[in-house]
Amino acid sequence: MIQIDPIAIRQGDRLALSRALTVIENNAPESRDLQSALFPFTGQAHLIGVTGSAGSGKSTLVNQLTKHFRQGQDNQLAPKVAIIAVDPSSPFTGGALLGDRIRMGDLAGDKGIFIRSMASRGALGGLANQTAAFVTVLDSAGFDLIIIETVGAGQAEVDIASLAHTVIVVEAPGMGDDIQAIKAGILEIADIIVVNKADRPGAENTIRALRVMLEMAQRKHDTHAVAGKHLLGATPTPTSERQQPQSGWLPTIHSTTAIDGKGIAPLIDDVQRHRQYLTQSGEWQQKEASRLRRDVHALIRDALLTRWWKKLDENQFAQILDDVIQRKYSPIEAVEKLL
Amino acid sequence: MTDKRIRVLIAKPGLDGHDRGAKVVARALRDAGMEVIYTGLRQTPEMIAEAALQEDVDVVGLSILSGAHNALVPAVIEKLHANGLTDIKVFVGGIIPEPDAARLLKLGVYAVYGPGTDTQQVIADIKQAIQI
Repeated sequence: MIQIDPIAIRQGDRLALSRALTVIENNAPESRDLQSALFPFTGQAHLIGVTGSAGSGKSTLVNQLTKHFRQGQDNQLAPKVAIIAVDPSSPFTGGALLGDRIRMGDLAGDKGIFIRSMASRGALGGLANQTAAFVTVLDSAGFDLIIIETVGAGQAEVDIASLAHTVIVVEAPGMGDDIQAIKAGILEIADIIVVNKADRPGAENTIRALRVMLEMAQRKHDTHAVAGKHLLGATPTPTSERQQPQSGWLPTIHSTTAIDGKGIAPLIDDVQRHRQYLTQSGEWQQKEASRLRRDVHALIRDALLTRWWKKLDENQFAQILDDVIQRKYSPIEAVEKLL
Repeated sequence: MTDKRIRVLIAKPGLDGHDRGAKVVARALRDAGMEVIYTGLRQTPEMIAEAALQEDVDVVGLSILSGAHNALVPAVIEKLHANGLTDIKVFVGGIIPEPDAARLLKLGVYAVYGPGTDTQQVIADIKQAIQI
């Protein structure tokens, strides 16, 4: 058993914090009590998600954002920043190469910054299963900003939308045409879109395609406002839990060259503007509520499944599975028999 | 259900810019199912100890080809200890003359590897050092 003092974490003991993250990541026995002890002290941090395809420059952008957040202010007043950088685990060996720190060398030596690399460990939504629990620990430790960098994400890795308050989607020039820009998925979850590597050829075209996409979205937005009565009768679908369709915030587009810091200052202004918008509009509370509801749902699902597995007669299970393989029942019928 | 993985920090202290060896080892450890954090070139002992603290690694692997190992390795170990990381195992790879290697082992380094080392050897040694 590893002894970790929740009070030490809240008082800024970095070793205790780091060990706590390990306990949670490994799902060690102490993990549950620790999270419960820290939970009352959470809810303060602004959670900023940074997502986008591999090689679009997410880590470099996170490096610049953090540097800017920490600079230009009295060091006492500068927000404390934690970074969770998620990279994929190998589906074959379970191993991982976590290389996001390479781009964050500028941040070394600042005690107001804490960077933790995290392997996805088989989770598919762009985060690891324990990323949300990491956020709980870092939030309780007094970090004002928690930046979550996802696995290099293409189209469907949108879990970050339900975790972060502000989602920044990073694109690089030349990644696709205007049809890519109107496909469903990652662009829909963006509060702020960044076209990074803006010094590369094709950056203008990418920005134009994204702008057209946003204008279409805006028109839809306006239509909804007029036709709002029809929408009220619609059945809520899981996607309606994500923030975009009802939000009064229209995503903004920025072009940056993160490697030399160009375009970062206006981007930071927008991140702060978005936070203000969330608190003033009440969306901050809505997001918190729906996130916690999802957390409780997920925990219930896990707990029920564990409880059911414990009670399961393994012989019966093997028999029924065999019958399914013999095509005697369908998997659906098998579940009906087992439950 | 506990799911512990060996976490390794691979770092290059000092000024030499040759990181092929570090990358080969990082890749091999990844393929052995470990979680490997690579920090890039030209790290100071402070930076390495800070990264080891934040990442809560079990092992720090130092790649040094500059000949400055007699200065860098003790400095890294000292900074690790100053951060309260007394149980981390330190491995060193690079061009290390025999007498220096003996000295580093005496300082508490777990193993020293020269050119041509089989990565399977490194994996076996780490698994021996870190029982999970």
